[in-house]
Amino acid sequence: MLTRFLKSREAILTGVLLALLALIAIRAPEFVAPGNLANVLNDSAPLIILALGQMAVIVTRCIDLSVAANLALCGMVAAMLNAALPGVPIIAILLLVVVLGAALGSINGLLVWKLDIPPIVVTLGTMTIFRGVIFLISKGQWVNAHEMSAVFKAFPRAQILGLPVLTWCAILTAGAFLLLISRTPLGRAFFATGGNPRAAVYAGINTGRTQFAAFTLSGALAGLTGYLWVSRYAVAYVDIASGFELDVVAACVIGGVSIAGGIGSVGGAVLGALFLGTIKNALPVVNISPFWQMAISGSAILIAVAFNARANRRQGRVILKSAEHAA
Amino acid sequence: MTDTAATERHIPDRLSRPGVRLLRSWEALLLIVAVLIFTANSFASPYFLDAWNLSDATFNFTEKAMIGFAMALLIVSGEIDLSVAAIIALASTAMGAAVQAGAGTPELLAIGLGVGLLCGTFNAVFVTVLGLPSIVVTIGTMSLFRGLSSIVLGDQAYGGYPADFAWFGQGYVWWVFSVELVLFALLAVGFGALLHLTNFGRAVYAIGNNQTAALFSGIRVRRVKFLLFLMTGLMSGLAAICLTSRLGSTRPTIALGWELEVVTMVVLGGVNILGGSGTIPGVVIAAFVMGLVTFGLGLLNVPGIVMQVFIGLLLIGVIALPRLWSRIGARRR
Repeated sequence: MLTRFLKSREAILTGVLLALLALIAIRAPEFVAPGNLANVLNDSAPLIILALGQMAVIVTRCIDLSVAANLALCGMVAAMLNAALPGVPIIAILLLVVVLGAALGSINGLLVWKLDIPPIVVTLGTMTIFRGVIFLISKGQWVNAHEMSAVFKAFPRAQILGLPVLTWCAILTAGAFLLLISRTPLGRAFFATGGNPRAAVYAGINTGRTQFAAFTLSGALAGLTGYLWVSRYAVAYVDIASGFELDVVAACVIGGVSIAGGIGSVGGAVLGALFLGTIKNALPVVNISPFWQMAISGSAILIAVAFNARANRRQGRVILKSAEHAA
Repeated sequence: MTDTAATERHIPDRLSRPGVRLLRSWEALLLIVAVLIFTANSFASPYFLDAWNLSDATFNFTEKAMIGFAMALLIVSGEIDLSVAAIIALASTAMGAAVQAGAGTPELLAIGLGVGLLCGTFNAVFVTVLGLPSIVVTIGTMSLFRGLSSIVLGDQAYGGYPADFAWFGQGYVWWVFSVELVLFALLAVGFGALLHLTNFGRAVYAIGNNQTAALFSGIRVRRVKFLLFLMTGLMSGLAAICLTSRLGSTRPTIALGWELEVVTMVVLGGVNILGGSGTIPGVVIAAFVMGLVTFGLGLLNVPGIVMQVFIGLLLIGVIALPRLWSRIGARRR
């Protein structure tokens, strides 16, 4: 049991993360102070939430490249609604962004389910469409901090038991995912669909609908993150979180989620997100230009995917087949 | 509906007559769309039907189409390269840095093509030697290549390219025919011949249809794929030369989002995203369609980001419509 844990992806990642923290601590001891680590966790929270949604999608042999655009669109809608009607309560805004995000995600899901269009094509397309729609509804204007109500901006910062609401959202999402994956039929269906679609069909699982559910879930989480993002940074414009979908996919790949489907874990996705979040926060502290970050996450994806392939070597044939499919 | 069903192929007992097949082909449909857009554009704007304006319009697609040809072969073989735009950024940055060091035009050409080839090799090694899925590898290298470019470039821009370097992106061979347009035509013929007339082209189709069968019939699958990634890298290098020469500068946002437009062009051209089928003439017509759409919308003062919406809708639409169509047809029967 213990040796199995030590060989698991989560254990290796935890080790790498601790080593990374130790390395940073040599140059900047203040970085590993508990208060700062809580900041890093809070900063990584959007990535954690999105990576969990993305994990569900990737496990079913799909990919969702539209999450960042979905996030930006829902964030813009929330910000514009707040600017126009400051009286609308936060709970209504939360409900709205989650429903809107889920609706946008379900568009991806429907195209994949009903029309059998490859997920990468669908989400590349919806990614640009969503961004364009933000431009159309906002006419390219920014929604700035002074246009947002104080309650709107305060929500993700509010402290509960010493941690901000944003962090709690990530923790709760992770907890909900643990239950979903291990305790519900849908969670098992995700893995069955990705592991062997044909077998899943024979076991009575509607694989198309499972993929649809994964896209809708990913969309709902993107919508939630959209509001949190916009209220935390107190600004909304067309290009917020631009390119963030790559970070999200990277977090999953680093976390050991196999792009071929059927393999992945909640712990892996969370640790993958934390790994990237730590690097992003540590670069300025150790005096490395933030321009390095993109190249570092690119290298991390390549190393992780090479590592994943080694770890899952027994299934080499399956990986090749589905790689063809994913492309 | 399982996603394995999409890979099953139905082979009819008897082929329809060649003439009928040509008329009902994707390329013919696309050509009609191109003519319709052309006509609509010439009615919508009085400035459209002007030789020089039309010549300017070709710059909208020539560079992307250069990559598109190589990408078409790559997608037919069942792989994909999402790092092409990042390769442009890196190659352009390398050329910009070389100019600061006093390089002349021949050196710049060598650097542009060399960086493209090097990046292509990098992708190829990961996909063919290590056997990793090309989609993740190239998402990774997309981040890596653009990241390297942004490390060198920061938020600065390179300029000051030599005067004779401008010929590639701004020069004209004869009358309204720009250097890029002629290059586009030559490459179209070259890649068309490579895919449709050579053993190599047959091998690309074979790999895309059934990789295992191709391997068993003696095709060196890895070598073919390796070469395809090299070609895509090289073409991205060439596109970087043309684009840099045309813009006269290298900025951090150079060619941002082009990977999407290139893939859209190829898919619009009738290349099956799952591999196995597609033609170069289709990609050529798709290039013109996309060029005409963006140019026409530009004449009507539609902002760039809204054009992206059209491109996105086009991408999903061209794949969704035939599938909807065949589904309705199947239900009627």
